[in-house]
Amino acid sequence: MPNGPMGGRRRGGPRPKIENPGKLFKRLMGYVMKNYTPHVIIVVICIFIGVFANIQGTLFTQTLIDSYIMPLLGTADPDFSGLAHAIARVACFYAIGALSAYIYNRIMINVSQGTMRNIRNDMFSTMETLPIKYFDTHAHGDIMSCYTNDIDTLRQMISQSMPQFLNSAITIVSVFISMVILSVPLTIVTLIMVCVVLFVTKKATGLSGRYFLAQQKALGAVNGFVEEMMEGQKVVKVFCHEEENIAKFNELNDELFDSAYNANQYGNMLGPINAQLGNLSYVVCAIVGGVLAINRIGGLTLGGLASFLTFNKSFNMPINQVSMQFNAVVMALAGADRVFKLIDEKPEVDEGYVSLVNAELVNGEIRETQKHTGMWAWKHYHKASDTVTYQRLEGAVQFDDVDFGYTDEKMVLHNIIMYAKPGQKIAFVGSTGAGKTTITNLINRFYDIQDGKIRYDAINVNKIKKADLRRSLGIVLQDTHLFTATVMENIRYGKLDATDEEVIAAAKLANAHDFIERLPQGYNTLLTGDGANLSQGQRQLLAIARAAIADPPALILDEATSSIDTRTEKIVQDGMDKLMKGRTTFVIAHRLSTVKNSDCIMVLEQGRIIERGTHDELIEAKGKYYQLYTGNAITA
Amino acid sequence: MLKVLGAQIKEFKKDSILTPVFMILEVIMEMVIPMLMASIIDDGVNAGNMNHIYIVGVQMIVIALIGLWAGLMGAKYGARASTGFARNLRKAMFENIQTYSFSNIDKYSTSSLITRLTTDVTNMQNSYQMILRMAMRAPASMIIAMIMAFTINARLASVYLVAVVFLAVCLSLIIPRATKHFRQVFEKYDELNSSVQENVSAIRVVKAYVREDYETDKFRKANSNIYNMFLKAEKLVVINMPLMQATVYTCILIISWLGAKMIVAGGLTTGEMMSLLAYCMNILMSLMMVSMIFVMLTMSYASAKRIAEALTEKSDLENPEKPITEVHDGSISFNNVSFAYHKEGKPVLKNINLEIKSGETIGIIGGTGSAKSSLVNLISRLYDVTQGQLLVGGIDVRKYDMEALRNQVSVVLQKNVLFSGTILENLRWGDKDASEEECVRACRLACADEFIQKMPDKYNTHIEQGGTNVSGGQKQRLCIARALLKKPKILILDDSTSAVDTATDAKIRKAFAEEIPDTTKLIIAQRISSVQNADRIIVMDNGEVSAFGTHDELLESSPIYREVYESQTGGNADFDENGGD
Repeated sequence: MPNGPMGGRRRGGPRPKIENPGKLFKRLMGYVMKNYTPHVIIVVICIFIGVFANIQGTLFTQTLIDSYIMPLLGTADPDFSGLAHAIARVACFYAIGALSAYIYNRIMINVSQGTMRNIRNDMFSTMETLPIKYFDTHAHGDIMSCYTNDIDTLRQMISQSMPQFLNSAITIVSVFISMVILSVPLTIVTLIMVCVVLFVTKKATGLSGRYFLAQQKALGAVNGFVEEMMEGQKVVKVFCHEEENIAKFNELNDELFDSAYNANQYGNMLGPINAQLGNLSYVVCAIVGGVLAINRIGGLTLGGLASFLTFNKSFNMPINQVSMQFNAVVMALAGADRVFKLIDEKPEVDEGYVSLVNAELVNGEIRETQKHTGMWAWKHYHKASDTVTYQRLEGAVQFDDVDFGYTDEKMVLHNIIMYAKPGQKIAFVGSTGAGKTTITNLINRFYDIQDGKIRYDAINVNKIKKADLRRSLGIVLQDTHLFTATVMENIRYGKLDATDEEVIAAAKLANAHDFIERLPQGYNTLLTGDGANLSQGQRQLLAIARAAIADPPALILDEATSSIDTRTEKIVQDGMDKLMKGRTTFVIAHRLSTVKNSDCIMVLEQGRIIERGTHDELIEAKGKYYQLYTGNAITA
Repeated sequence: MLKVLGAQIKEFKKDSILTPVFMILEVIMEMVIPMLMASIIDDGVNAGNMNHIYIVGVQMIVIALIGLWAGLMGAKYGARASTGFARNLRKAMFENIQTYSFSNIDKYSTSSLITRLTTDVTNMQNSYQMILRMAMRAPASMIIAMIMAFTINARLASVYLVAVVFLAVCLSLIIPRATKHFRQVFEKYDELNSSVQENVSAIRVVKAYVREDYETDKFRKANSNIYNMFLKAEKLVVINMPLMQATVYTCILIISWLGAKMIVAGGLTTGEMMSLLAYCMNILMSLMMVSMIFVMLTMSYASAKRIAEALTEKSDLENPEKPITEVHDGSISFNNVSFAYHKEGKPVLKNINLEIKSGETIGIIGGTGSAKSSLVNLISRLYDVTQGQLLVGGIDVRKYDMEALRNQVSVVLQKNVLFSGTILENLRWGDKDASEEECVRACRLACADEFIQKMPDKYNTHIEQGGTNVSGGQKQRLCIARALLKKPKILILDDSTSAVDTATDAKIRKAFAEEIPDTTKLIIAQRISSVQNADRIIVMDNGEVSAFGTHDELLESSPIYREVYESQTGGNADFDENGGD
């Protein structure tokens, strides 16, 4: 299906341009060969055998007519033993041909599916190591389309296009040789016809390509409109805007019809053009061949002509196939380009060497242990002296004149200086976009800072292994995310080896137990679609339980109770208080009740800490906090 | 289902009929060529008759050209029929969706509606084209070739009959099994992709809990599973090709052997044998094609079903016989109203009795899930009450023309949406004939003018899809302004100032009281400060009106109200999310 009608699901993209197809192709082949070199060799051999057997079969027509039918014509007592012999011989060739076709197709399944599996694995494992920044700067739909569209086109290319190309190439060459042997003049006629076919095909492809682009554009417009209106359908209803919408949609839809009709029409034409011009080529050969055979020019026999005509068909077919597959290959290479780009993304750098271990006190000395003691220690390895020292995890966090921007051009945090003593509760307040969430994202190194230092128990966080740093910080995020799994498994995500009892205890701590019990299957209720069947508040409770079971030494709560109504929040607050006890906690909230009893409150504005202190101190100061708190900054 | 979809062919019926006609014509032309070929060989080459070769040769060329013409026509009409069919499907679906009521919309997820209008339609277009062009062509080609073969030599042609039956039996054994396996594997494949999707959107959770390796392991396992399932499915399909080859080869050999004997015995000519060999390929290839079409059609079955579903969905709200188009005033009364989202479902509103006078400002407060939104959604008849009666302007809402009612009852939804276009265009959703001055006035009321003036293109600033280039608070204020432009008798704000800071919120309320005193205003809010100055306040609890009265009355009588009040004032006040100007 050349220029397939609306083939790609990727919206609105014009026909892809690839910078370096050769290099991409080589890399893709490298992927295939890495694990499947012997397989590929067998496949190539099988293709050779198959083509060879096929040609033997076609040449047999000549032998059949010239050696076994013509001489026997008119004989009184024909002897068919020679023919039987010949047929047996060709049967063997055919059998070998069919067998090799089976073998190569069978092996190709393993090669293509296996390669797809490996590419998917590589994509996913790379993706998991990428920094958060990658996910910020790439549309999730685009990432997903690597796993769906791009992989699909790649699979087609590896399993179909590539063997077909090889097959076609070998067939073209060997059929060409056979044709030359049979008759040079007829070969020339065939070649001329092939040129005509290629020329016409190219013209039609060009035409359909132009309309194809227009179609993709129109399709993009329709899809965009549909997405927007379906998203806002309720608003459309409320404003009785249905008729205007239909009018606008019809306009776009008609435009799409026009371009799709033309793109399809010219795309469809390739089929009959190839087929009928092939027939024409066949006919012309038959006429020329007939004349040649009658006049015995160039030693063409009747049998030779019969064989040649079959070759004529088998010469045109692979050429058509190659021209049809060409588009698929271009698409696949564009897909490969995106896939490799994902695989080539730089993973998060982790130069940390300080690790987090379970610890116990033996004679007042910190020792590493395997069991969970509730006590943690930082393990420093000193390369110079090849020694190991332990330092107890306390949970002190210090920001030392930190500047940060998502890009180097625009800083969003300026000169952040703060110090959280172990066990303290630090709150961040301020308006949207003031940088509250950003600060907490720096503690666990979702992002790296441009200037200044962040220290955790006086250790520069850059020196701590990222995994261990994050393990030491429990975090409940602004947007709750749940996984497709049971409630039990979702809570257990915080501690994979937790027993059912531990999960239930954590749920009780977060006050999630009651509502879980009321779910149809209790803890075994399956959550799907990011917990779509739960209310926002319930999802937050689960997220809190998930953080609770991880039992981390320090906590970050980013608007953890924002979607819980004031009354329910009271219940949750108890759980949160239990959870926060004895842990260094960073809280972002817009509810005063959550913030008030903090040891220190930071008021942020435009990326700077403008006020800090306890609730009472800040009220006393009558600054921004006081304004926010009294809620009547202007009208008062 | 086929009837529902078939009804959308409409003006493309002619194309839909012509396409297969031309395709069959093309096939006939193709099938005649080997016949003539036999003539060239037997009466031309073998008989040494050059003239005959030329005559038949020209005939063949003409036939090939007719075939080409028919093929091109088939391509043209096929393209027209299928893309036209797709256009009609999209149009019909979109128009039908526009009639959906809120409860119809709730039933389908947004993404599923989008899929139906995009991918599913594309699938249908491709399938329809295939049915018109291939599903006719392949069997026709098979049958005609078979007839040709039989007219040449019935005895030899019967070999093909046996081969066709044999291949058909084999295919009917392989294909259904393979399809079953494929369906399973695609299901798993979808699951795998949705888990990737989950990972992408929850990447912060994954990283925060250091679960990268765990997720990768999980993925690898699922991925291997899919690999094995694909192998199983494709192992079956891969038998097709060699099976076909073997059948073709066997036929060729049998024809060669029997044909040679017949030729020698004088019952067949060389040319005829060559035609028979040519038909062999045609017959068996067509059979293969038929089985492929079958597989592809079963795969698009799901799309067809989804489209038919969206087309046949009927709005469950209908305009009355003789609709009233004038809303008298902004009074609202609930008489014993109960409401459930589903017929047999649990009622979310129970026995609501309320009397609201025209021009009153009513605050509504209550915890999440206390059915505040459900209560107000009944007023503009976004849903129908399950029991009882709801009167607006003294008349049951079910007696009004829906459009007239909704123009008089303006709702600012909780989950609100701006559309791509300029600010003015967005505002004019409320009143498409509104002058710029009117728009500015509405924006002043909603305190939106102040930030619009700071924008480089002011009222002509382009809003991105979903309103991503304005802040939450700005978006809410624009939505309020848009609703105001309707000049409604009743204005409902469903938690519409949650992202607006308290001061601006107060300014908006003040403007309402001064500028549109005759409009009944219903304000749902979390913040007590947003409602405490209202004429009266409804306290919702668990689907019931727990209390209804003025701020002072409620402080006295309603423990729930008091609790909320205390938690938000004094030592427990709420922090404001500044509008983010």
